[in-house]
Amino acid sequence: MTGQDANTANELYCGVDVGASATKLVLLDAGGEVLARIVHPSGIDYRATAHRCRDEALAAIGAEAGRPAATIATGYGRHNVDFASGSLTEIHCHGVGCFHSSPRAISIIDIGGQDNKVIRLEPDGRRANFKMNRKCAAGTGAFLEEIALRLGLQLEELDPLAQGADETVKLSSFCTVFAKTEILAHLRQGAPVAGIVRGAFVSVVTRVLEMDSLLGDVLATGGVVAHNPGIVAILSEKLGRDVKVPPHPQFTGALGAALSAMSHTH
Amino acid sequence: MAEEQVSRIKKINATGAMKALMTEYFQELDRAGQDPGAKVAWCTSVGPAELLRSFGFYVYFPENHGAMLGSSRLAGDLIPAANAAGYSPDICSYLTSDIGSYLSRRTPLTPAFGMAGVPRPDLLVFNTNQCRDVKDWFGFYEREFGVPMVGIDTMRSIETVTANHLEGLIAQHRALIPTLEAVSGRKFDLDRLKAVVASSYRCTRLWKKVLRLAERRPSPITFFDGTIHMGPAVVLRGDPRAETYYETLIAELEARIAAGEGAVAGETYRFYWDGMPVWGKLREHAELFAGHGVCVTASTYCNSWIFEALGDADPFAGMARAYTELFIVRGEKYKLDYLERMVRDYGIDGVVYHDAKTCPNNSNNRYGLPERLAAKLGLPYVVINGDLNDLRLYSEEQARTQFEALVEQLREAGQPS
Repeated sequence: MTGQDANTANELYCGVDVGASATKLVLLDAGGEVLARIVHPSGIDYRATAHRCRDEALAAIGAEAGRPAATIATGYGRHNVDFASGSLTEIHCHGVGCFHSSPRAISIIDIGGQDNKVIRLEPDGRRANFKMNRKCAAGTGAFLEEIALRLGLQLEELDPLAQGADETVKLSSFCTVFAKTEILAHLRQGAPVAGIVRGAFVSVVTRVLEMDSLLGDVLATGGVVAHNPGIVAILSEKLGRDVKVPPHPQFTGALGAALSAMSHTH
Repeated sequence: MAEEQVSRIKKINATGAMKALMTEYFQELDRAGQDPGAKVAWCTSVGPAELLRSFGFYVYFPENHGAMLGSSRLAGDLIPAANAAGYSPDICSYLTSDIGSYLSRRTPLTPAFGMAGVPRPDLLVFNTNQCRDVKDWFGFYEREFGVPMVGIDTMRSIETVTANHLEGLIAQHRALIPTLEAVSGRKFDLDRLKAVVASSYRCTRLWKKVLRLAERRPSPITFFDGTIHMGPAVVLRGDPRAETYYETLIAELEARIAAGEGAVAGETYRFYWDGMPVWGKLREHAELFAGHGVCVTASTYCNSWIFEALGDADPFAGMARAYTELFIVRGEKYKLDYLERMVRDYGIDGVVYHDAKTCPNNSNNRYGLPERLAAKLGLPYVVINGDLNDLRLYSEEQARTQFEALVEQLREAGQPS
């Protein structure tokens, strides 16, 4: 191994995805292996949260701060990460992150805290096109947060309830606020809470499927998918084919950012 | 990561001359509004302005005022006043901004041009070639001021403009004459109309030349520049001062071309903008694109004030055709062919469709057009949700992410430019 090789071998590559709800960070070694994954709520100080994630990741692997050879920031707060050497959109990074585990033509559904994306990749990983949701929280994590609040549930209670529901209470309202009002009416009529939660999951899936005609293999990523496997099951059911979930779906964007940091460096 | 700090946009020196001309125009209107002997006509932006000028009317364009309310961001304060008066937040936000301005007695015309206010109309003249909202908009003022409202009802979604279409439209133009004579106190003068239309035609040719200079690489002008410099072509067409202005602007742009200078330093990609500008975000959008080396070189919007049919020997036939041939009046097949031509002529790398919530007729993404154009040309595109004036309907972060993702996609594809 030459001196330069040795140096390169010690380099780390960092990807940080500052999302509307959570900040995710992935550290890679020079061989592309994941050394650390850290997630924290983004809070109100994106810069500080990104620093916290990085410091914890470096502490976890015993490396000294500042060791990453390159860091790419992504997500809504990507321009707030002052230690990043560059930034890329989450659309790019989710594409790279998903293609890493599924290197073929794929359609990616990312369900985030405040927006949804559908990204189509060519067989060689290049992006064919992408779409984002309209300026509306319907179909996003924010929708589920509002529904949980109305039903007096913790977010982690949603998935088991939805998956165990015997029926689906249909929510017709497109608007999150009106959906909450509609839920009041269902509760008054004695509808089961589990059925309402499942109805909310179906509503999220329906909003996503309205965005694009999904071609090829479909992958689902994002925090909502990571915490609610029931959403994926409903997606598969509605699409009539298996929707895959990459490993650690909440970190797909951060992984893509870290992989991009590596490829940009070399 | 630090964002781009230094602007890559080259400023247009002729802007000073344009501002001086626009000030002259508005101050004349201000005086006319206060002079009982002068007659002021309010006209929709693609209405029969030439006919009005031939009668000596001072012509005021509420849509121009709407754009000013948007770019000054006063619209956000004023729209709720119109909503409260019964005008829905879902209808044209030019209309709601302007009616809100009237109800609130606030206008940017006072600080910008020293005007006492919006000049009181003696006559309201519309053409529904753009939308029905203009008629409802002017209808509000018809009731408020008790002045006559007349206009042209243009059919919509026309693929090919035929003699049958034009026959009725010519008749509608001629039918305006008795009202114009009565309000102005002047007899119709065909020679005077021909002279005004001839000036308007020369203006349109010059404006077209300005826009076509953007075919050059690098482009000497951006869409965002165009939205500002189209002012004289909108409000002063038929007035020779507009022609003089565009000759000045063309000379500057041709000098840029000769010197190899672009409007955006380091132009790398060329985008097409379809739909209305987001007036309150014009500067931010201009800087955002330029920061990525993108020149938005062409648009449907700026090209909508090119009226080549005004060259017709019969001024009525010319006006009828010119104001019906517009993109906004046409059917989906025409629109697809038009966009394809524009993409090819200007060497476009990507298209931005602005889905303006309150302006369906200027939002061309709603019937599958982007998908059809992309399938035909393999051209990437984005659709941003927003509005011309109502910034409550615009999501800054979503738009920014989509613009940047489009640039990334082109870089990734190694798209030459």
